[in-house]
Amino acid sequence: MALIQISEPGQSSAEQKHHLAAGIDLGTTNSLVATVRDGQPETLADADGHHLLPSAVQYSPDASPLTGRAAKDKSSVDPQNTILSVKRLMGRGMADIEKSNDRLSYQFINEDSTVPRIKTAGGNVSPIEVSAEILTALKKRAEKELGDELEGVVVTVPAYFDDAQRQATKDAAKLAGLNILRLLNEPTAAAIAYGLESQSEGVYAIYDFGGGTFDISILRLNRGVFEVLATAGDSALGGDDLDHVITDWLIESSGLNKEIGQNQYRELWHQACQAKERLSQQDVVELSVKIEAAPVWQGTLSRTQLNELIDPLIRKTLAPCRRALRDAGVTVEDIDEIVMVGGSTRAPRVRELVGEFYGKNPLVSIDPDRIVALGAAIQADILIGNKSHEDILLLDVIPLSLGIETMGGLVEKVIRRNTTIPITRAQEFTTFKDGQTAMSVHVLQGERELVVDCRSLAKFELHDIPPMVAGAARIRVTFQVDADGLLSVTAQETTTHAESHVEVKPSYGLEDAEIERMLKDSISHASEDVEARNVREQQVEADRVLFALDAALQSDGNTLLTKEELSKIADASSVLRQARNESNAATIKKAIKDLDKETMEFAARRMDKSIHKALTGHSVTEFNEEN
Amino acid sequence: MAITLTDVAAERIQAFLAGRGKGEGVRVGVKTTGCSGLAYIVEFVDHHEPDDQVFEDHGVKIFVDPKSFIYLDGTELDYGKEGLNEGFQFNNPNVKDMCGCGESFTV
Repeated sequence: MALIQISEPGQSSAEQKHHLAAGIDLGTTNSLVATVRDGQPETLADADGHHLLPSAVQYSPDASPLTGRAAKDKSSVDPQNTILSVKRLMGRGMADIEKSNDRLSYQFINEDSTVPRIKTAGGNVSPIEVSAEILTALKKRAEKELGDELEGVVVTVPAYFDDAQRQATKDAAKLAGLNILRLLNEPTAAAIAYGLESQSEGVYAIYDFGGGTFDISILRLNRGVFEVLATAGDSALGGDDLDHVITDWLIESSGLNKEIGQNQYRELWHQACQAKERLSQQDVVELSVKIEAAPVWQGTLSRTQLNELIDPLIRKTLAPCRRALRDAGVTVEDIDEIVMVGGSTRAPRVRELVGEFYGKNPLVSIDPDRIVALGAAIQADILIGNKSHEDILLLDVIPLSLGIETMGGLVEKVIRRNTTIPITRAQEFTTFKDGQTAMSVHVLQGERELVVDCRSLAKFELHDIPPMVAGAARIRVTFQVDADGLLSVTAQETTTHAESHVEVKPSYGLEDAEIERMLKDSISHASEDVEARNVREQQVEADRVLFALDAALQSDGNTLLTKEELSKIADASSVLRQARNESNAATIKKAIKDLDKETMEFAARRMDKSIHKALTGHSVTEFNEEN
Repeated sequence: MAITLTDVAAERIQAFLAGRGKGEGVRVGVKTTGCSGLAYIVEFVDHHEPDDQVFEDHGVKIFVDPKSFIYLDGTELDYGKEGLNEGFQFNNPNVKDMCGCGESFTV
């Protein structure tokens, strides 16, 4: 007697495979990859423990391109071949790029194609190819960390990206060998990271103050769907500007000439960054400026001083905030939550001023550098079908069970009704006859036990099953219903990986009333169905026995059996044949048992014969040697 | 007829429910498995279905969907140990045949 474990609602009905999915924040300055492990989203680090991958690619004549930190380090020595901030070029034509004010150090080649190419030592590359390099680096990192291929990713894009920019991002992912489940707006990803989609409705402001850009988005959540009401921002205002103001103050205070060298400036800038970060925790920092190890100035910077320095810049972000509210047609009072994104929002003064503006404390508990990637990972995990229905917001459910036909016209349900979509479920089936090389997969919808009472959705065949004895082949049938309600069924033979699949829209053409009728039928006919299932099961068994017997009789019937024995077996099998055609499970079962008894001796003799055959002509020593 | 619990099974379910912190009771049911045959399931219930049959034994609510009930009517749910394992056992009067491991059965 098996021992059954108690399980969570809905978990015991079918086996569930974990699919690897990731969320990618493809940023202007930095990119990140995150995944959901044990129900928790987390960003993945590279071998050195860095989570942020600088969005930089350096091309060289005869080596594969460098990405990330290694590439960024080359930007000062090899600016022509080091591509930074490629995101600004995505989906742009040559004309757009010439119009923009971005000072770019690389040379563009205006070919016939509408996609501009950048001339580098490694050849001419399009922005899509550059982005693909960054995505490839993130893909490798994720696959190394997770130990298997990614089945799908969600890549985030700014809410203001147009179709061309979105398509370019999709193309870059395709080029990197990634399967894009969906592009997700960055502010939406941030809202998802805080679980805001579990509310029934609301209006949210997403304040994204990154290294080089500022974006504000107003989102409205309605029945599980985020709508972008308005976006605004400043593409030339970021955390870097804060650092520059502090550096300039440092230069001024220490009485240095503004015309100091590049290296000296970088050193002071580094000090300014550190001072800014430390002032997030403490009220005062000590600073000392040295030139060639000789101290020239010592002083302090207090938080109040810092605030005075950066206040004008932070206040500059409030104008777009006001504009976004106006464009969205909402007031400050309508905003339910403010989500902080981007490293610069770590500064307490930014939080303070934003809080003052909206009259409400912003959400800050999630790391603002990683939040977008985390939200994308959560979305990817849901889209790939890993989450069970209790964990996700009820998007949509399957109105009637989905299953396939098994021997005897029975329906084996793979996905039960009321399962939320998207969902993936797999089940293994096997062959019925010896040497069977093809299998017909009949996809059905409905609650009843017999095929005739359910609705046929699709039929397809799986070929190239290697010939094996009945029951040895393993055919994995996977049902996948995506977020749009599209069902795809895949059958795969597990040893050869021969595969075949079909796509259908299961809800197509079914009225609510019809669904209700199909459900009621299944309950009112429940006991008939049980009896019918019993009969069919016995009929299937009878067919199998008779089929095997016929094959055996044909090969060995005359040589191994006496006339008398033959006729006894013939009698028993004709009894079974007759019983099979009547609809009484018990009679069929008894006839199978009787036939089994009659053929026991025959089976034993066949066994002897085949052993004899295998050993004939061989000596015992031969077998010993082989072993 | 009905579905009943042994003292041990009732005690275990109550302990499980208390440990989980929520749930109306337990659902027992059958699912089809493999090419033919049926297997038992035991699940927690958070929201029962309107057409579920409900039984109460030892203060524990037991939910069964009407289709599973046909296979399970008269079953006594027990809890036992076998070697290192422990779990629920179904004493089901409808069972005529069981597979070797007892995981699937026919009626």
